[in-house]
Amino acid sequence: MQISMTINGKTYAHDVEPRISLAQYLRETLNLTGTHIGCDTSGCGSCTVHVDGAAAKACTLLAVQVDGSEVTTIEGMANGNEMHPIQAAFKENHGLQCGFCTPGMVMTAADILKNNPNASEEEIRHGLEGNFCRCTGYHNIVKSIQHAAEKMNA
Amino acid sequence: METYIGQSVKRREDDRFLKGAGKYTDDIKLPGMTHSAFVRSPYAHAKILSIDTTQAKAAEGVVAIYTAEDGCGAYGVPCGWQVDFKNGETMREPQHPLLAKDKIKHVGEAVAIVIAETQELARDAAELVEVKYEGLPAVTCPKKAMEPGAPKVHDDWGDNASFDWCIGNDRAEVEAALEQAHHVTEMTYKNHRVAPNAIEPRSYIADYDVNGDKWTLYTSTQNPHLIRLLLCAFALGIPEHKVRVVSYDVGGGFGSKIYHYTEEALLTWVSKEIGRPVKWTSDRTEAFLTDAHGRDHIVHSKMGFDQDGKIVAHLTDEYCAMGAYLSTFAPAVPTYLHGTLFQGVYTTPLIHLNVVAPFTHTVAVDAYRGAGRPEATYLLERIISKAAKEMDMDPAELRFKNFIPPFDGVNEPGYQTQVALQYDSGNYEAVLKRGLEMLGYEDFRKEQAEARKNGKLLGVGISTYIEGCGIAPSAVVGALGARAGLYEVGHVRVQPTGKVSVFTGAHSHGQGHETVFAQFVADKLGIAMDDVDIVHGDTDQVAFGMGTYGSRSLSVGGSAIIKSIDKILEKGAKIAAHKLEAAEEDLDYAEGKWTVKGTDKSISFGDVSLTAYVPHDYPEGLEPGLDFSSFYDPTNFTYPFGAHIAVVEVDSDTGKVNLQRFVACDDVGNVMNPMIVDGQIHGGVVQGVGQALLEEVVYDGEGQMTTGSYMDYAMPRADDVPMIETDRTTTPCPHNPLGVKGAGEAGTIGSTPAVVNAVVDALSHLGVTDIQMPVTPQRVWRAMQN
Repeated sequence: MQISMTINGKTYAHDVEPRISLAQYLRETLNLTGTHIGCDTSGCGSCTVHVDGAAAKACTLLAVQVDGSEVTTIEGMANGNEMHPIQAAFKENHGLQCGFCTPGMVMTAADILKNNPNASEEEIRHGLEGNFCRCTGYHNIVKSIQHAAEKMNA
Repeated sequence: METYIGQSVKRREDDRFLKGAGKYTDDIKLPGMTHSAFVRSPYAHAKILSIDTTQAKAAEGVVAIYTAEDGCGAYGVPCGWQVDFKNGETMREPQHPLLAKDKIKHVGEAVAIVIAETQELARDAAELVEVKYEGLPAVTCPKKAMEPGAPKVHDDWGDNASFDWCIGNDRAEVEAALEQAHHVTEMTYKNHRVAPNAIEPRSYIADYDVNGDKWTLYTSTQNPHLIRLLLCAFALGIPEHKVRVVSYDVGGGFGSKIYHYTEEALLTWVSKEIGRPVKWTSDRTEAFLTDAHGRDHIVHSKMGFDQDGKIVAHLTDEYCAMGAYLSTFAPAVPTYLHGTLFQGVYTTPLIHLNVVAPFTHTVAVDAYRGAGRPEATYLLERIISKAAKEMDMDPAELRFKNFIPPFDGVNEPGYQTQVALQYDSGNYEAVLKRGLEMLGYEDFRKEQAEARKNGKLLGVGISTYIEGCGIAPSAVVGALGARAGLYEVGHVRVQPTGKVSVFTGAHSHGQGHETVFAQFVADKLGIAMDDVDIVHGDTDQVAFGMGTYGSRSLSVGGSAIIKSIDKILEKGAKIAAHKLEAAEEDLDYAEGKWTVKGTDKSISFGDVSLTAYVPHDYPEGLEPGLDFSSFYDPTNFTYPFGAHIAVVEVDSDTGKVNLQRFVACDDVGNVMNPMIVDGQIHGGVVQGVGQALLEEVVYDGEGQMTTGSYMDYAMPRADDVPMIETDRTTTPCPHNPLGVKGAGEAGTIGSTPAVVNAVVDALSHLGVTDIQMPVTPQRVWRAMQN
């Protein structure tokens, strides 16, 4: 099927098999390998991207479902070499170790703060419920998001 | 001059990860690359009656299909550790074929591999392979596997035992002491099976280059050189110098990516057969079915005390599952990484542990974060807390009574245990004192008593752990059955401009070596961190190495680098002395320059480096260049320790456990980067909490895994845990140059019993003395009703 979408501000058009997930499309067709696949049941959240401004799990969305949408991936978060405040806060607060869940965490964090710029610790933890991290115990991820919120609200 | 050791330097690897520019194996695409999918057995135990690939071979995009009949990897993947029976019989070691032939031994065992142009087409065709099985009865419990008449995993031997092993004092002596004891506490439980679940699934790409007659294997491994060795010398019998193993970024390991897996060897073999690169990336269910699991011990234990509460003897019998085949380190885990920690931090004078390790119709069990030590700690810390309750003593007080007194390993000797090891240095009282202080233990007890009056179920649980890591002295582990040395290699290449490349055999998959190693290298050389680059994960760049596991990277890998730095400074001093026209012994090295003592005459590290490579005015007889590689073989293990304390509230209506606080005071020796050590502790603690409260791999009676996805297997999520309160004491390791002990596994080792102790404590006034892990609401609720 012929699809077209805007990804990180650029428009792409491809003929894809209807069964291809958005995550596969991003990784295999567009080489946007920052979107990771850790499971195939929406369980781990490593594949989280933004579709029309809202966080979505790209492993269980078909590429054809997203036809005509605006998609942002982790590759679209930084402004050139300048990291997004959430990315910078993750680095500052050691919010990542192996880095595999990190893109999904950053995309989910952006969604949490977009909807609730003053999210409490409890609200941040609840918001991260769909994203697994096996390295950090979430401690520094929560701290990173709190610090990002402070910076973004300043 | 800025110094870096002990500073929370931000990680240099973070930028690429945060921008989505990490290079994990599945991110790599090679020209002409094919994809693969496995046909895996739905049976745990079955005869393979026939395999028909006709239809699959004709399917769209299929390049090739192979089964065991095609002669791939005649030897199978090897086991790296031999633990013999206590009666002298050799360990029973089945062949572990790359593809099952004739018989299936666990669900998920591969029967065929399908190679196709895309991943989807490979999976489509795998569905078309027709395999006929005759199902047979299976056994998945290690204790049941040893009962007479149990289904046999391998037909070669009379029963399912791989080995039957013991350690410690004479059993009869320990039994006699227990009979004489004033009080004996007894426990029977299962330290249940868990799945490591690195979030990056295993992924491999094999690429055979016909022109160079060379293979490249890209693999998500924790130890590229070990994989190359096992692959070449055992699994495939191909020349080691013709194989390059590369592991760039790896998305977590936790032990599960140490081992040499059948898929790695098979893909390497396939790549030469088809003359094209071939990739395989596990999906999550395949990961559950085929990644090595952790734990799975059935435990029966008795601990005896005198009338003052001093431990007099400890006797334990365990059945520890090996799974269907022996994974790379599997036999070492319930034995030399487990029994050797039965001393704990206590002065127990008599200890005996017997381990029967049966094969089961399950995937292999091997080292999972902590590996044998969490299981030892769980037993010791649960049984001591249970004993304290039975003897009406405070669990902290009972521990203080039994602690090994402080020793630094320098002025006082190391502590000789009853179970082979000699601890390097420790101060166990200090960590518990600090932990109790951080918690406000006495106030908590008052709060708990008040809460109980109001029907609130609050509990506190203590765990004071020790672990043996920094593995390991090669001669020692060799005597214990290791088939490899456990040294590390550190290669320091000073470039002509004074910039430094460090090649380490350790491998980072989240630990931050690129930052931490550069910190101490820069300090030792007195240069800027920006002038130091850390290279790992490529056998063509790094001379050799044993990889990262057992919290060994800094204590063993770091020490190897220090050895090379010493050689560089020694040679550099010769060059500096020549240039400064002074005697070597008259030079001081500090802040990146050699200075003639008492003068302002000096030469910088950069100038000496350049001289080494442009040796025009140069010491006679000295080789040019400034480039040294060293092997470091530790003289002992290292022994981090700590006190972990959990506070829980149990919902009296539902049995749900709410982890309210977690306090961790750890002693990991000297600390290079506190931010990273804290991060390791946080993550480790939560992994241990996961086992205590949520996680369990469940096989049903037929050997089917019923927890094979993230819909079924519960891991801690952000809202299951609180912030982790950390602090440290520092007892340097006396036997390595950085004085470091290792921090990677401590959290997981200490935390699990602290949580379960807290839950039991919350319910103790209801008569609850034990609850089987994971402590799910259902189990807690049932315990409360009884």
